Amino acid sequence: MDILRFITAGSVDDGKSTLIGRLLYDSKSIMIDQLEAIEKQTKNKEEGEIDLALLTDGLRAEREQGITIDVAYKYFSTPKRKFIIADAPGHIQYTRNMVTGASNANLIIILIDARTGVVEQTRRHSIIASLLGLRHVVVAVNKMDLVDNSQDVFNNIVIDYANLAKSLGLEDVTYIPISALKGDNIVDKSTDITWYEGPALLDVLENVQVQHDIDLQHARFPVQYVIRPQTENLHDYRGYAGKLVSGVYKKGDTVTVLPSGITSTISAIEVTGKEVEEAFAPQSIILHLADDIDISRGDVIVKSNDLPQVEQELEVLLCWMDSKPLAAGKKYLLQLNSAVVKSVVKEIEYKIDVNTLERLPAPEQAGLNDIVKAVIKTARPLVFDQYKKLKVNGGAILIDETSHVTVGACMIQ
Amino acid sequence: MYELDYLDQLESEAIHIFREVAGQFERPALLFSGGKDSITLVHLALKAFRPGKFPFPLVHIDTGHNFPEALAFRDQLAAQIDEKLIVRNVGDTIKAKGLTEPKGKFASRNALQTFTLLDTIEEFEFDACIGGARRDEEKARAKERIFSVRDEFGQWDPKRQRPELWNTYNGKISKGENVRVFPISNWTELDIWNYIRRENIELPSIYFAHEREVLQHEGQLVAISDFITLEPGDSVVTKTVRYRTVGDMTCTAAVESAASDIDGIIKEIIATKTSERGETRIDDRVSEAAMEDRKKNGYF
Repeated sequence: MDILRFITAGSVDDGKSTLIGRLLYDSKSIMIDQLEAIEKQTKNKEEGEIDLALLTDGLRAEREQGITIDVAYKYFSTPKRKFIIADAPGHIQYTRNMVTGASNANLIIILIDARTGVVEQTRRHSIIASLLGLRHVVVAVNKMDLVDNSQDVFNNIVIDYANLAKSLGLEDVTYIPISALKGDNIVDKSTDITWYEGPALLDVLENVQVQHDIDLQHARFPVQYVIRPQTENLHDYRGYAGKLVSGVYKKGDTVTVLPSGITSTISAIEVTGKEVEEAFAPQSIILHLADDIDISRGDVIVKSNDLPQVEQELEVLLCWMDSKPLAAGKKYLLQLNSAVVKSVVKEIEYKIDVNTLERLPAPEQAGLNDIVKAVIKTARPLVFDQYKKLKVNGGAILIDETSHVTVGACMIQ
Repeated sequence: MYELDYLDQLESEAIHIFREVAGQFERPALLFSGGKDSITLVHLALKAFRPGKFPFPLVHIDTGHNFPEALAFRDQLAAQIDEKLIVRNVGDTIKAKGLTEPKGKFASRNALQTFTLLDTIEEFEFDACIGGARRDEEKARAKERIFSVRDEFGQWDPKRQRPELWNTYNGKISKGENVRVFPISNWTELDIWNYIRRENIELPSIYFAHEREVLQHEGQLVAISDFITLEPGDSVVTKTVRYRTVGDMTCTAAVESAASDIDGIIKEIIATKTSERGETRIDDRVSEAAMEDRKKNGYF
């Protein structure tokens, strides 16, 4: 059994929360006491119908306003898989929360209202999905019951979306006609949408291949912490602890420590206390090297035959997440895995229209939820890969030095 | 061939989070109550840091209303792994600060625990407190980040949470603030039990079926102890029970069960139709937003 992390996106009233509620309900992942609690709160509903959307809005303010403010995480499992759902808000002013939810998702479900088809919000969420490098997209055409389960309506939306997907380079797209409210094609195949021959949504979620999404070619090991017991019997023990974010390491591999560039050989690998011959992503491990070199948190140990970039100037796509605007010349801390370096935003090159993907002239400032192309200079050399090539070593955050808030998400180009 | 089982993935993620705490903070602590979730945390910390010592002490905020079995287990485990255990008592805070003890049939010190926790954080200047909360437990917890920043009053502000991207955790704080860290955020109750089974983790005896004198109250079974007041007409019976969670004796209910080993418990958890907190936690029933409100005040 493995884990699939996915995010749901769509316009405000497209039925995202209902879809999640339905997935949990029909897969029997909701407990009686939780149902009773939301039954009590369900108001203005026809008798016998409960508002499944209430399952996901966990905050008082969300229930009061009937909207989702922040990402909620929900869990369910089937005998095949454990699922982690990031339930992200649909409002445009919460783009940053969608970026948050999408940053570690394997798959995105984009809901489209069958009555309205592909709209601005569909486009925006698809663009964000492509910028973040989400590999698997499920387009769930919802509210099919409200268009008489029409095959033509569905087919037209598929044609529309396929064009969009092509222009964005989204390759693995699956289309499913559903009704979240009625439960059609969610967990079980619909008996009303008779012409549809594909799988139900859960079937897709259970079977999409995500193991291949982990990069086993490029070995990257950011050092988190150095373990040195310095006791009598472990006098010479020096282990570099961290998570192998990509690739495979074997005992005897020749490695380079970056940014210093010193080379050595892997003398031992430990995984949860046991010595092993090889380790692979995403295992948390302890590495030992044959030579005694100065290595600390923030350094990256890579295989010598496949080096990442080590530079002080980076081009990034940047999603700005703070209400205080970003202006060229401002300094921030940049964190990439365990490395934290001072940095300055040298230039904003252009802004991306998240509705059309067009490049707009460089704004003087980037505001909350803006996505811009920028040039960042770091105070020390940074070890990275292009986000497009290797997500796990190409996504960085910017931190405000005084408020300490995470203000930006960078995808290194 | 290079595939990780879901428990291995969860374990690796938790170890990574533990090491981020060690790498980013100066004075962290691991909140440890002797319950199954914090016992799991201790085992994950062993995997993250051995053969080295933990870069933090274990800290227990003891309400004085705990199950004696859990306390004995707490002391025994700390001694066995040779790590430092700090215990602070809510009773001492009540005396020192002149706090008012709640009254009523199930007078719980649950809310008062927050005072002792915040005092302890201040006393030791802890900048990070690692806790065993899981997002599947409760709807407010489902909203919480893995690194959850608290202000100098220990307060959680759900509207001002930091975005948490990729596997990058921002632990930067100002003096006086602290971060609550939840390495098992993405685990469910069943994941915990499956992991305990796989790793052969020892637990306090109250998790397994045993005979106990309980008070039957509004469908819940509350252990008879010095901490609850019995009234005429109360129905006290002896039943074979086990616990799904371990909190205070005053606000944690037992479930009827004959499951005397982990396989039996897992079978029951898979079949159950009630959630862990819904079935056993009286403190969550106070209001719709009971947990959210406690967390806003600094509860862990």
